[in-house]
Amino acid sequence: MTELPVSTKKKLGLVIDLDICVGCHACVTSCKGWNTENYGVPLSDMDAYGSDPSGTFLNRVHSFEVQPEKGAAQIVHFPKSCLHCEDAPCVTVCPTGASYKREDDGIVLVNENACIGCGLCAWACPYGARELDQAAGVMKKCTLCVDRIYNENLPEVDRLPACVRTCPAGARHFGDLGDPESAVSQLVEARGGFELMPELGTKPVNRYLPPRLKDKPAAQPLTSLIEEEQATGFAGWLDRLLEKF
Amino acid sequence: MHPASSVIVFTVLSGLGLGFLAFLGIGAITPIGLHAFILYGLGYGLTVIGLLASTFHLGNPQRAWRAFSQWRTSWLSREGVASVLTLLLMAPAAIGAVFFNFPVETFGFPAALLAILTVFATSMIYAQLKTVPRWNHWTTPALFLTFALTGGAMLSAHTKLAVVLCGVLGLLEIFSFLQGDGRFAARGSTMETATGLGKIGKVRMFEPPHTGSNYLMREMIHKVGRKHSQRLRVIAVVFSALLPAIVLLVLPVTFAAIGLAVVLHLIGAFAARWLFFAEAEHVVGLYYGAR
Repeated sequence: MTELPVSTKKKLGLVIDLDICVGCHACVTSCKGWNTENYGVPLSDMDAYGSDPSGTFLNRVHSFEVQPEKGAAQIVHFPKSCLHCEDAPCVTVCPTGASYKREDDGIVLVNENACIGCGLCAWACPYGARELDQAAGVMKKCTLCVDRIYNENLPEVDRLPACVRTCPAGARHFGDLGDPESAVSQLVEARGGFELMPELGTKPVNRYLPPRLKDKPAAQPLTSLIEEEQATGFAGWLDRLLEKF
Repeated sequence: MHPASSVIVFTVLSGLGLGFLAFLGIGAITPIGLHAFILYGLGYGLTVIGLLASTFHLGNPQRAWRAFSQWRTSWLSREGVASVLTLLLMAPAAIGAVFFNFPVETFGFPAALLAILTVFATSMIYAQLKTVPRWNHWTTPALFLTFALTGGAMLSAHTKLAVVLCGVLGLLEIFSFLQGDGRFAARGSTMETATGLGKIGKVRMFEPPHTGSNYLMREMIHKVGRKHSQRLRVIAVVFSALLPAIVLLVLPVTFAAIGLAVVLHLIGAFAARWLFFAEAEHVVGLYYGAR
């Protein structure tokens, strides 16, 4: 049913450290790989080898430039996937009951067998977390790797979302954000984690940790690496003469 | 937002059809026999063509029946339920008028109410979306309802009422065009709130996540044709409201005059509805440095 649960026992979600993310897109690739081979229909690509390739992704890394009032601008790599909102607008708009939020762990999922592909949930999401697969005509979204995190066939170390498991920089963390004692909650507390577009009232579960401010820029601008060669003698005289005209 | 032709055809035609059925339902005109067959046929035809068109944008239309189940939370589901109930409840009124030579308002009144509720539910699909500030406003249901009633009044030859409604419609369109322009800014979502990086400074796109396009960009970030929006706004108001009102005031009330007014009104309605989508900006564009 598309009614949201009053409360969920857990609030599973991701904490993404913008200070650490190097923008390598490994999480994007591992997400696409795992979710193409496992839960639900594959994440299709259209015109993959043609002139206008595009495809379905559940996780994308944007890169932004932030310009402070003073000093140098800084680049922030910004991975974005479903935030598993507590007040998820994508769930309540669904006309078929295909979209739902789980009472046990707060994960927002799509039952693909009931999805008619109307796209209204993607319209309702401010974060662009849902993409309609162009081959299957059903809505795809981050499942928080629901088929990994409880999967007892996997070694315990792998029972994490694929993006978290694969991140080579350790910029992604997974856990219960509803439990103030959990490692992720402590991290959010210590680092001043924030939510995206709080003004829209979606109450996202995922949190982002702010990047550190840049060091002071060097007082002197960099000197040029190659000294400009100055001609001497007759050539020097000619050079100075020609500059006058 | 991408102005999908299926959704534009759906909202314009079913709006007109349901508006007309509402007038038939309350007995604003009481046709009988063949006359009734044609008029009810027109109301049903417009509504059903519109509803069928709406299924063309679905990824899996064969499962559309499931959309009747979630009326407790979903305006799209409510619209589906209300539209089918309208068509079912209107049937006894239509059959009575066509075959038994008497107009049946017993079923007509509740059906008329449901027809209006259907149009309201359609408008709320858009008006509920906080992510599209231009739509997220009372003018959206007001416009959809006024369009339906104006078209309905024209088709049922209530010319004086139609002229008044044309006036209301034109003013409402102008108000919503102008007022809508500032609504994205008023919502307060910026690239700074979208990324949470506003505490550091001004944010701009450095690199998009991919070199090509994607579903989100095609669906939510529609810039093509916005450059013509001022001209289209004028066309929308002139054709949907001004010209039909003049036709109905000047020409004698004949089949041809009403037909002309309705055709002009529909041209304006299509322009207005195209703009309704094309001008609407979704907040997800902020993640792409675009609107």
